[in-house]
Amino acid sequence: MLSYILRRVLLVIPTLIGVAVAVFFLIRVMPGDVVVVKLRADGANVTQETIDAERKRLGLDKPLYAQFADYMVGLARLDLGKSLWTGADVSKEIAIRFPVSFQVAIMATLIALLIAIPLGTLSAIYRDTWIDYVVRILAVAGLAVPSFWLGMLMILGLLSMFNWLPKIGYVSIFEDPVRNLTTLIWPALSVGYRYAAVATRMMRSALLEVLREDYIRTARAKGVFQKLITRRHALRNALLPVITVIGLEFAFLIGGLVVTEQVFNLNGIGKLFVDATTRGDFNLIQGLVLLIAVIFIVVNLIVDILYAVLDPRIRLK
Amino acid sequence: MKTKLLTATALAMVVIAAPVLAQTPKKGGILNFATVAEPPTFDCHATTTFATIHPVAPSYNGLLKFRGDVNKKLEPVGDLAKSWEMSADGLTWTFKLHDNVKFHDGSAMTSADIKASYERIKTPPQGIVSARAALHQDIASIETPNATTVVFKMSAPNASMINNFASPFNCIYSAKKLAENPRYPDTEVMGTGAFKMGEHVKGQSYEGKRFDGYFEQGKPYLDGYKVFMVKSNAVVPGIQGGQFDAEFRGRSPKERDQLVAAMKDKVTVMEGPWTTNLLLAFNTQKKPFDDVRVRRALTMAIDRWGGSEPLAKISMLKFVGGFMRPGSAYALPKEELEKLPGFGKDIAKQREEAKRLLKEAGVENLKINFVNRNLAEPYTPMGIYVVDQWKRIGVEADHKQLETKLYFDAQAKRDFDVTIEFIAEFVDDPSIQLQKLLSSEKSKSALPGHSDKVIDELFEKQARTVDPAARIKIVQELDKRVTDQAYAAMLFWWQRIIVNNAKVKGWELHAAHFTGQDLSNVWLDQ
Repeated sequence: MLSYILRRVLLVIPTLIGVAVAVFFLIRVMPGDVVVVKLRADGANVTQETIDAERKRLGLDKPLYAQFADYMVGLARLDLGKSLWTGADVSKEIAIRFPVSFQVAIMATLIALLIAIPLGTLSAIYRDTWIDYVVRILAVAGLAVPSFWLGMLMILGLLSMFNWLPKIGYVSIFEDPVRNLTTLIWPALSVGYRYAAVATRMMRSALLEVLREDYIRTARAKGVFQKLITRRHALRNALLPVITVIGLEFAFLIGGLVVTEQVFNLNGIGKLFVDATTRGDFNLIQGLVLLIAVIFIVVNLIVDILYAVLDPRIRLK
Repeated sequence: MKTKLLTATALAMVVIAAPVLAQTPKKGGILNFATVAEPPTFDCHATTTFATIHPVAPSYNGLLKFRGDVNKKLEPVGDLAKSWEMSADGLTWTFKLHDNVKFHDGSAMTSADIKASYERIKTPPQGIVSARAALHQDIASIETPNATTVVFKMSAPNASMINNFASPFNCIYSAKKLAENPRYPDTEVMGTGAFKMGEHVKGQSYEGKRFDGYFEQGKPYLDGYKVFMVKSNAVVPGIQGGQFDAEFRGRSPKERDQLVAAMKDKVTVMEGPWTTNLLLAFNTQKKPFDDVRVRRALTMAIDRWGGSEPLAKISMLKFVGGFMRPGSAYALPKEELEKLPGFGKDIAKQREEAKRLLKEAGVENLKINFVNRNLAEPYTPMGIYVVDQWKRIGVEADHKQLETKLYFDAQAKRDFDVTIEFIAEFVDDPSIQLQKLLSSEKSKSALPGHSDKVIDELFEKQARTVDPAARIKIVQELDKRVTDQAYAAMLFWWQRIIVNNAKVKGWELHAAHFTGQDLSNVWLDQ
């Protein structure tokens, strides 16, 4: 197992180099100039000389190959460069936002697990009963309602009922747990509901599949209690596809809460990504793409390891 | 519903008007306000955006600043300068400074700091960008005969210098710190203003804390302020939900009505003109827009007087005027404006003339590549309105609403027939505002791409005319020339609507969203 993990970790390096090279050239195909947006977007008349001076300051006057060389040399030293918008280190810009998105993703995952596993199990066990119908309606509603729209409804609800909105600004859960949770619970709920809907559907169908297996029938024939069959034999196997979904969704949430973060004024990775893209902040986009690639790789690795833990038939080599 | 809204609006406005004059400012409290953009830098000299000015202006002073009410004339008044004078020939400006001003680090502010700051603006050192260097090139030298006197020697008279000296972008920095690190203002806010820099969380918030050593006795009133950087659509729920008390750039009429309906007398509404506009720029380097008849026809199709009222109800667009803001000293008188193409009151007659001009120019079935910015307020309503107006003379338009980055890119590549252009400045000043109307040889940022020596000469002449009355005449000639030749066509000037929590007092509405943000007079009635 250890050598498998080590091999997978080492594979990260060529993968990231490939991502870095692709993203460097692909984003430069996009038209637009961060310097013009920075200096002219508010309507002032700025001379071409000033625009050129700012380009020079940011190194954008250099030929593409020189910029690429700078970027790759920086990467080798784990230096993602500086934001073309704020001039701050890209790693610093990301580090400020990462805890926000990470915590929302964790909270949404917990919410999804707490909802999806029991409801999906109930739905499968009581198939075609009113319980199943209610769960399926809730799940389909969750899939149909966009998270950001649910978020907007929550905001409108809080405003109309209490004339109150949570304070803006992320405070660490270790610093002020109440403030942290009152701020982040709403986006976590709005995202978690959709997430739970996906996982519930997956849980239900996986469990139904497993419950039709021969070994379950054998267990039943041997007179094992249904509860025991479900808990000990069916659930563990049914969890495998659910874990895959949970893992992929979690990775997606880190950088994918684009609109939800804006709805709740969260200073997260998704909002940063949108800002970087609309401004044409190449360096920041490159850093964010690399971050998301790393997250997907790590999450996939964790999912693979969990597979082996849950199903002894799977051995990682 | 509409009546209720209007009553609520009136109520909210009455609530502000009376007590502001009568109440004595209270000390204490933190002002929470929103800004709808993130500052790219904290260096006032390097930027052109309110996103920098709103958080950092309370920490800085200039030589002069603007004071007044939007409905009266905004005047430059002393800030760090307690008095000043311009020589009769306009070549020397002498400023006497307050002698009790300290920087936030405790060091005394002297004339050396003014000299270092203005030299940085005019001739930035290697690696520093000064966004308004071009406006300060007439400064020949800066002398500091003593610690409280600064003398600016000009190479030529410059009628705009008084406004440049009051520019919110001309923050005064510490000469000593600049010598140590010329880039310090980029990340560190250290000036002489009423508030010191507090915590800054990138992309989220910025704090200012009261500076006890501030040179104006008894000020500021606030203990501090906190700026939240949010998206524009978060402002209304944020004010309603108590996340912040104010937003100082401006809201749309719809947002005003929403807030007034929800909060009634708990908000104050301030409205006035705005030194921001939208105009059409014709690509005169492309046929048939090189023909003045075609350009005139296209501007004459647009009913400005009839469109003003309905547009003002749904957008920030409101005022009809020439290239200088209606209501400003330089504005064309209404009777003269109405004689110019596109500004006649009889729209049916104008459109008939427009059709005739197109026919005379041999242009039929014209389809315009019309480039606009994809901002809902107020670019979208403006674009839709223009397209509709052109249809009435048989002209079609491919209305492309592009994201800001792509919009500028299309303009830079001259990939447009007609584009919506805009001018937003901190003051009504032709030298500062009208550079986008100059010939392409004079201004690379001018979108029409025309060549007109008359305009360039009038521009240069007004810039050198320090007599205000004489300057106004020249500027109005220039305005008439551009409008008549229709290289560009003014559409509408914006209305500035500020809706704040009623407890915010002492803030004055200016016609520019860049000025009046030092917060030294602001207090909270709580």
